Parts: sequence; structure tokens; C-alpha cells
Amino acid sequence: MDYTVVIGLEVHVQLQTQSKIFCGCSAAYNPTQPNVQTCPVCLGLPGALPVMNRQAFELALKTALALNCEIASYTKWDRKQYYYPDLPKGYQISQYDCPFSKDGWLEIEMNAETGETRRIGIIRAHLEEDAGKNMHDESGGKTDSQVDLNRAGTPLLEIVSQPDLRSAAEARRYLEELRLLLTYLNVSDCNMQEGSLRCDANVNLHIHQDGKNIPTPIVEIKNLNSFRNVELAITCEIERQFEDWKATGRRLGDVPKETRGFDAQRGVTVGQRGKEEASDYRYFPDPDLAPVTVADELIEQLRSDLCEFPADRRKRLAVTWQLSDYDVRVIVDQGREFADYFEAAAQACGDGKQACNWLTQDILRELNERRLTIAQFPIRAEVLANLLGRIPARQITNKSAREVFLELLNDGGAGPITSSRIDEIIAARGLALVADTGALEQVITAVIDKNPKAVADFRGGKQAAVGALIGQVMREAKGADAQVVRELIIKALQSG
Amino acid sequence: MPTQLTPAEVQHVAMLARLKLTPAEVADFASQLGRMLDYFQVLNEVDTEDVEPMSYAVEVRNVFREDVVQPSLPRAEALMNAPKTDGQCFLVPQILDGG
Repeated sequence: MDYTVVIGLEVHVQLQTQSKIFCGCSAAYNPTQPNVQTCPVCLGLPGALPVMNRQAFELALKTALALNCEIASYTKWDRKQYYYPDLPKGYQISQYDCPFSKDGWLEIEMNAETGETRRIGIIRAHLEEDAGKNMHDESGGKTDSQVDLNRAGTPLLEIVSQPDLRSAAEARRYLEELRLLLTYLNVSDCNMQEGSLRCDANVNLHIHQDGKNIPTPIVEIKNLNSFRNVELAITCEIERQFEDWKATGRRLGDVPKETRGFDAQRGVTVGQRGKEEASDYRYFPDPDLAPVTVADELIEQLRSDLCEFPADRRKRLAVTWQLSDYDVRVIVDQGREFADYFEAAAQACGDGKQACNWLTQDILRELNERRLTIAQFPIRAEVLANLLGRIPARQITNKSAREVFLELLNDGGAGPITSSRIDEIIAARGLALVADTGALEQVITAVIDKNPKAVADFRGGKQAAVGALIGQVMREAKGADAQVVRELIIKALQSG
Repeated sequence: MPTQLTPAEVQHVAMLARLKLTPAEVADFASQLGRMLDYFQVLNEVDTEDVEPMSYAVEVRNVFREDVVQPSLPRAEALMNAPKTDGQCFLVPQILDGG
């Protein structure tokens, strides 16, 4: 039996503001000191009045523009009423029927080799406030739950996709591309561990049977907190729905929409809410908050301030530096600072392919091993470019450059690493390329004289015998270019 | 004849507000809430033909504050009105999953 998978994602992103969305309390992540970032507004005390944070609204607008959304000329906020201890007012200020943006899209790459892309529709993005945090006693004892309201009222952008995603891998890809875009725009740090980026997935199947498409009941999987879990949870849920359909034949509409959580340890989704929890939010406009009309000038100003998007940057880097789709994906997907580093290094040394090889191999490896970000990496782009420039200038070999690179990293000295340090290492280690072929030829002649057997083997047709000779020459003349040595030896043997 | 809510409707509203009502209270609220709805009936008699719907009583638009951090309440003051705390957090009866 065949089926199509239908997935839509709801993503909550914490916007990077200094203060909360409706009051001046700090919006900083601070789980170790509960309840020190609250005031009458975010505690929901009677008479307190919320006022919209301009920066939060503009960051939200900026994101919506980058997601190709239509910006509403009139928008307002509504009260979403439900009772939960982390929501002190008894309602969340959110947006219901007049979200500030709708009808956008995000392009994701489906296949790095073919460059095939897909546009995933965005239904809407709206701006709301976050709730506080409940902490339950994990031991199972009958103790009280703790509530920390530091997070209550931090600005959240909810981005709702169309049900356009067709596999767990595609959902992950969408989320990764969305996260990359948000970090490029600098609207959120998207730290999933700290909850700055959270994801709910709506999943169902369309079973193909007897020429018909039969939809299974839609399930919402809540609070997926890593890319891996998004992919895993959806994979498990697809399997569960297919088994459930085979066992019960239940289809969309037969049962109310179900909310499930993901148990990563057991690799299953688990039903969360009973029927009595059926939500009834009774939205109405929040009379305390003035509606907003967005002027075209503001939209145009924000649009012109937008940075280059990751997708555009990939295309530009591929063209400018003649890089493969795979290479530009590795560079751009590491984040804006990594791509900036690449461009600085490529420009300074003039060889994009060389810079790319070093960044995607040597530097990425060192960053991973040393647990550093590119911003913390001790060799700056111009110093790397200086080192790389010495290879085509025939000052050192590629191999020697790697040796210098590691030595620079292991220096660990005080102060920034400068290009003059490269000169010192080359001198100290005798890595300077022996460009004087006269001197090199002397060494080669001596080595040939000392190795009659290898010479005889080579002349007898054993090409590989030349390797032993190259090795010996290289030991004598440290900075020599192996390729040059090889050519010179073969020339000497053939002529001799 | 004043409007009367059904006991099931009252129970539903009570459940949404996390209130436990006695049968006597359900009966009380059924008529009290009904009378409130009747007040809105009065409003419904007003002719609103050609009147734009409005969500706000005052015509104010685009009220913003700048993104500047202001001092928060000291924790002790934030917790002051809570029925139960541990000195750091508000304490509430344990919330069970789905409960």
C-alpha cells in the first residue's frame, strides 16, 4: 500500500530584543535566578498596561519580509484565553484574525547534487508573548510544581508553514534553512537548547487506495527541541499512523485532532491530552493594546536594510569563486560569520577554491576538535590568506603550509597571530621551498649515485622504484616541492 | 422569559476556567449567565447597518515603547501576593500531563 506524507511545521522563535515584548523587564535567558525579571505587566497584576516593543515589531516585520510574506496594513492583538500556571494573566496576548503577515514562502534545496529546490509555503507569521516555565518534580512525589516567570512576556514569532512538506527529512531541511535564515537576519540566536527555537509538527498521511486518497487523522507533535528529534519524531509518527490505519481504518474526521509528545528515549510519540482538554480559546481583541498600521515607507526601509539571504549567497559564491554546489552549501550553512571569513580569505589570497578547501577541511576539523566557533578561531582570515598565498608563490609546498597552519594553532601564545609568525615558523623549520634547481640537482645526483639498485629497477621498467629516490631527496632538501623533485629525478634517470 | 444556560454549558465554561462548581452553583450560574446574555440582546437591537466593526473604544494607533530594559521587581515583591512560594518560585499544585 502506498501513501503520501503531509507535514506542516509551526515554529516559535524568540526574537532578540533587550526587553520583553510589552514591558521593560530584561528578556535575557536566566534559568538560574528564577523570578527576577518580572514586573506588574508580565505578572499580570490588575491595572498594569502592556505597550508594544518597537524593536520586537520591527524584527518580526523583517523576518516576514525575508520569508516573502505579505505585510498587513492593519494588525491587532488578541487575547487567547486558557488557564495554566505559567500564564499569569489567564490569557496569552497573540494574534488571531489579523496577523501582521501572511502568504509567504521559503525555498529549500532538496538535492545538493542536482540543485533541485522546492518552495515551502508560509501561511502566516504572527507576533505574540511567551509564557513562563513550569518545573515539575521528576521524582514522582506529590510535591508542588515550581513556576518561574522570567520568560513570561518575551517576544515570540510564530511561523506557520503550509502542509507542503512530504517527508521527515524534508521537514528537517526546512527547519534548518529557516534557522539559517533567522541567524543571518540576526533576529534570533535560535538556540534550541535554551528554547529560542521550538517546533511543533502537524502530520498525517494520504493513503492511496482504489484510486482514492484517504487522509488519516491529523496529529500535532509538540515541543520538538532539536533537528534530530524533528526528523525522528515524524518518522515514528508516520509509521504509527500507517499501522493505526491498517488496524482501525480510522480517517480524518473520525476522531478529534490529537496532540502527542515525542519520547526520544523510546523512539515513540505519546498521546498527551484527553478529550476534556479540547481547546476553546475564546479570542477577542485585547483592548489594552493599540492596533498598528504599517506604513509603506517603513516596509521599504526594512526591506532595503535586509542582508543577503543564505540562498542568494550560495548562488553568488558559486559564481564568483567557481565553487561546486556542495562546497557553497558547506560554507554558507555554517552561518554568516563562517561565510564572511571565507570571503575575506578568498579575496585576500585570490584563490577561492584553495580557500574553500582549507575552510571546509582543515578549519572545520580544527573548529570541531577544539570546540571553537569561527569567531573564536585564532588564525584570522587575512593571516590564513597570507599563508595560502605562499603556495602559488612557490615559497612553501601545500604540505608545508599545513605544517605551518598547525604550528600557528599550537602556538597558543598571547596576542593575535600575525603573518610575520609564518615567516618565523618557515625559517625555524627549514620549510622554505628550494627553488634553486642547481642545488636540488646536486642532491639528486648524490642520491642516484647511492642507489644503483633503485636506478636499475626504474630503468628495467619498474616506475615505482622512483618513489624511494624521491623520499631520500626530500629528506635532504626539506622545503623541496615533491612534484618538482619527481620530474627532475625522472629526467636525470632517463638522460643518464 | 429570561435566557437560561444548560448545565452542560455552565460546566464547559467552568472547566475552561478550571473551576469546580457544586450542583447548586451550576443552577445559579445558569440563570445569572443567561441574564448577562440578555443584556447583549439589548445591544443587538441597535441598528448597526453601515457601521464599521470596531475593536477599540479609542482611535489610537501605533503606540510603541523603545527596547530599553527597566528595573524589574525584586523577587520578594514579585512573589509577595502568591499563596505559596519556596522563596524563589511560585508553587502550584502539580500539573499532570494532560490534566
